[in-house]
Amino acid sequence: MLELRGLSKHFGGVKAVDELDITVNEGEIFGLIGPNGSGKSTTINLICGVYQETAGTVRFHEELMNGKPPHQRLRAGIARTFQNIRLFPNLTVWQNLWVAQNSPQDIATQGFLSRWFGATRRTRKEIATLLELADLEHKSDELASNLAFGEQRRLEFARAAAARPKLLLLDEPAAGMNRQEIQDLSRRIRRMRDSGVTILLVEHVMELVMGVAEQIAVLNFGQKIASGTPGDVQRNKAVQEAYLGTSDSDAPSLDTGA
Amino acid sequence: MSYYLGLAQLIGIHTLLGLSAYVLMLTGQLSLGQAGFFAIGAYSAGILTVIFELPILPALLAAAVIAAFFAFIVGFPALRVKGLMLVVATIAFGEFVRLFFFNLSWRVPRGDIEVGPDSTNGFREIRYFVANGWSPWEITTFVWTFVILVMIALWWMDRSRAGAVLRAVGEDELATQSVGVNLTAVKVTAMTAGGFIAGIGGALYAHTATYVDHLTFTVLLATFAVSYPILGGLSSVFGTLVAVIFIQGVLVEGLRFLGDWRNIVFGLLIIIAMNLKPDGLFDARTTRILRRAIGLGGREKSDA
Repeated sequence: MLELRGLSKHFGGVKAVDELDITVNEGEIFGLIGPNGSGKSTTINLICGVYQETAGTVRFHEELMNGKPPHQRLRAGIARTFQNIRLFPNLTVWQNLWVAQNSPQDIATQGFLSRWFGATRRTRKEIATLLELADLEHKSDELASNLAFGEQRRLEFARAAAARPKLLLLDEPAAGMNRQEIQDLSRRIRRMRDSGVTILLVEHVMELVMGVAEQIAVLNFGQKIASGTPGDVQRNKAVQEAYLGTSDSDAPSLDTGA
Repeated sequence: MSYYLGLAQLIGIHTLLGLSAYVLMLTGQLSLGQAGFFAIGAYSAGILTVIFELPILPALLAAAVIAAFFAFIVGFPALRVKGLMLVVATIAFGEFVRLFFFNLSWRVPRGDIEVGPDSTNGFREIRYFVANGWSPWEITTFVWTFVILVMIALWWMDRSRAGAVLRAVGEDELATQSVGVNLTAVKVTAMTAGGFIAGIGGALYAHTATYVDHLTFTVLLATFAVSYPILGGLSSVFGTLVAVIFIQGVLVEGLRFLGDWRNIVFGLLIIIAMNLKPDGLFDARTTRILRRAIGLGGREKSDA
């Protein structure tokens, strides 16, 4: 459903992403991993239109996305979360989800007035459902900035889900989480996928990626150096060198400990 | 008495000016061009009642639409730049408008005199209220009708999804785009609404003052426009109203006995106020305390 072909982004002389080819199939949890600065976040920003590509194409459901602004890509079905959480801190939890009611269904079925100036019963119900899924019902009137870290992550996840995306881009959702929170997150990611959403997961935390992803691509210096199942990738020599250096004596493996 | 009515009219008109900046500031944009839209409203309405001899109400609405139209046009290029660059761009626009009216001469004979904008000499014959025998009370009521209508409209908008989206844009543009909001559309709409409100204010100003010239619409007026919502805070439209009463009623008028020294006191009080209340006199916390005090929606959920 998502095809990146020859996708490149150069910042001056730095090739942040270089000739990247990736195919994500519908219904998949796809992991994108790589060391710091390998171009993972840049790739996400290219897919959702925050950056303009230097070369190459982004196709979503066969449709060319190049040149489309972020809000149009969202309406086409691509939603995202951010590496460093970006909520609307001085809006309430409920308002954060209210602002995000921009799914194509919402736009098609609501009139201008009810969309901008009212809150239909269906909108209220949808937000209530999102709050419930995020375990945030009791924080509905709280300012987003008053939430605990894990709650902020869950709210951002719910906010992305509010647009009813077909593809969800998660940019390091496990950053700063403890083990229990990571397990909770993998449950949420799987539940999202089971409801029909394809997931592209950019992550550092191996425990999460290796646990949930079915396909993985590994980036280094903006280029894809390996891809395949989690097992394939863990055994791949180039990947081990990228992560752990080229010394091959008793190098620790990319074992998840699971 | 007429002194106080005149002051009430001035406070109402400046509230409209401040609210025009308030709408834009919700989206995080600081415009020093509001005096330009105010000027367009003032001159347009004046020309419509004086040269075209329209009644005040259609003239005022047409002037507001004209100001909104220019805000819409200016919105597209201006909102491509942010922060200081936007401030500079909007100052340039305001000066452009001022210098346009500085040069505009459109005199038509009326009886044995000529009326209309007379470039550097100003536009001196905006006498609709006097000619139609409106009392100061009627004029004041007329002005405040518009102030109250605009405040109700904005207060209602603020509580709707539109208000939440404006504030979301002000907090994080990238995140707002990423949840599917068309940023350009929202910002240009806010700019247009701001132009409309400033246009009403300008139209009322021209007719209460009966005389305008380009010097009325300098950057100083634009600075007043943004200082009201800055001082009053962005939690609600009432902050802007209170700030106008404080600045125009207490500082500008109340300190008149100090002569030219009042400008120093004025500056000093603003600095003190901003230091004590960096998010405005009516920041989120104060608003919440006040609401609870008058038993209005102070519902607080505990962290249970």
